[in-house]
Amino acid sequence: MFTKNTSKVGDAVIVFICVIFIVICLAPILNIFSRSVSSSSALVSGRVSLWPIGFNLDSLKMVWEDPKYTTSLGWTAILTIICTIFSLFITVVCAYPFVYNNLKGRKFLNGALIFTMYFNAGTIPNYLLMKSLGLLENPLVLIIPSCLSVYNMILMRSFFYGISDSLRESAEIDGAGPIKVLTSIYLPLSKPVLATIALFYAVGRWNGYGDALIYIIREKQWFPIQLLLYNIIQNSTQSIEISRLEGFSLPGVSESIKAATVIFATVPILLIYPWLQKYFVKGVTLGAIKE
Amino acid sequence: MTRSKSQKTLNYFKRYWTLYLLLLVPVIYLIVFKYSPMANILVAFKNYYINRSVFDMPWADHNGFGFFVKAFQNPDFINAIRNTFLLNILDLVCGFPVPIILALILNELRMMKFKRVTQTILYMPHFLSWVIIASLSMQVFSTTGLVNDIIRAFGGEPVDFLKDPGLWAGTYIFLGIWQSMGWNTIIYLAAITGINPELYEAAAVDGAKRFRMMWHITLPGIRPTVVILLILSLGRILGSDFERIYAQRNPLVTSVSDVISVFVYNYGIRGTASQIPLGAAVGLFQSVVCVIFLVIVNAIAKRFGERGIL
Repeated sequence: MFTKNTSKVGDAVIVFICVIFIVICLAPILNIFSRSVSSSSALVSGRVSLWPIGFNLDSLKMVWEDPKYTTSLGWTAILTIICTIFSLFITVVCAYPFVYNNLKGRKFLNGALIFTMYFNAGTIPNYLLMKSLGLLENPLVLIIPSCLSVYNMILMRSFFYGISDSLRESAEIDGAGPIKVLTSIYLPLSKPVLATIALFYAVGRWNGYGDALIYIIREKQWFPIQLLLYNIIQNSTQSIEISRLEGFSLPGVSESIKAATVIFATVPILLIYPWLQKYFVKGVTLGAIKE
Repeated sequence: MTRSKSQKTLNYFKRYWTLYLLLLVPVIYLIVFKYSPMANILVAFKNYYINRSVFDMPWADHNGFGFFVKAFQNPDFINAIRNTFLLNILDLVCGFPVPIILALILNELRMMKFKRVTQTILYMPHFLSWVIIASLSMQVFSTTGLVNDIIRAFGGEPVDFLKDPGLWAGTYIFLGIWQSMGWNTIIYLAAITGINPELYEAAAVDGAKRFRMMWHITLPGIRPTVVILLILSLGRILGSDFERIYAQRNPLVTSVSDVISVFVYNYGIRGTASQIPLGAAVGLFQSVVCVIFLVIVNAIAKRFGERGIL
């Protein structure tokens, strides 16, 4: 950007404000990380803030060796992978036909898709639908109902629109059908946006718990990690009060275990998203363009 | 004439039938999971029977509007409307300007590496689930948490943020801003890059300083984006993100935390079967009001010469 008339003091102020925002963003994460690796006595006495006290990996190890957490983490990982692949597939096959301007029914389908962005049947009607389809207490309920995001479809489509029609037309002259054009021209050119959308779907599934909370009650083995975590947090707020009243040393342990579980549920995403930053920034910008 | 036309259509489908084959899966999905449940909206006007289809259930009292009447007689529902409005307005007033200001600040950063790292860190909270954020909240705002450490360091008395409804609402709003402020700068930063650089050059020649440029060039330059995002937020003024509030609420603050979506969940999903229509009625009320709001706000924005979204 062109800025000549700026002072050194002004620059310093800008950097200082940014540092404050960075601290605000990082402090809670740092805090919970320190809790997961601090000694329980330090936790109970409330001495742990930003830095670990009495550093040890016991809680992280305990969570890592507890089958309750590892099976849930494993299941959520599998679920996330399945959802991402399936959602990516359905998003591509929904977006791609729109590239053909003369596709009959194109406008109608577009309207039908956009409408669902602004008007949803609602929690109860959806619940009744899942019930009648036999999807309650069924792991498929975590995959199918949320498999297509219209927002992501529009994003994908905007990217496809940006690919020159002449590429497609020359391939068609060579006798390539629509599917061949998709797999040999459009998909190879769309890797950045595919990565972005995959990230959005993966994050959505990994972080989601509302659908599981509503549709799965008894079959606890299908609980995604976030729902398990939710239950732990809700229960522990009560049990901590009780154990504190009764003078147990337990709260320290459960505190650090809770923190350790949070770390395990967070780290996978925090390791992935920075590598895709360039792409999702472009993706969000693209998603703002509507037809 | 008709023959050549049908011939043309035939050729068209011969050539493009694979496109319709591709669309088969999404269209079936759309019909089954997005449009067919709309028939179930009818349950809001019926008395619920477990083993009957929605169409066979008897109509509710008051010509089917019995559960809407019941909802408005229910103090929990009135409370839920009030809370939804209050929390959303607070969200909007406190949260809407933050990413704009943040984008203006980020735009002034000239050390590109530092800018990139700052952005990466600012985007991070967006990738955390609401459950994680709720557990962060419990750690940070508890009596032994980080915020109270700071209060104590300054000689103040510790405050239990999560047990007082008013203070809890403050933490809720703060964490909402915390989660989304960085992410929402993306769209504003993109809008800023679209501003004609000659405007800045001309202003610099005229001797304009940084702040004047922000105020007179950058802000007007991103106005259309601001308006569109404002329309969308205002359209959601009676909406509520269930996962967000449900993770953060606790039994002591239900007087402010129980919004419409929580009401629907508590009555419709966790309540008895006979309350299902009540939940559905409230949900329908919310959806309809949201759409009406969106249309009105959009119309007002268009009146003032903005582009709008619909």
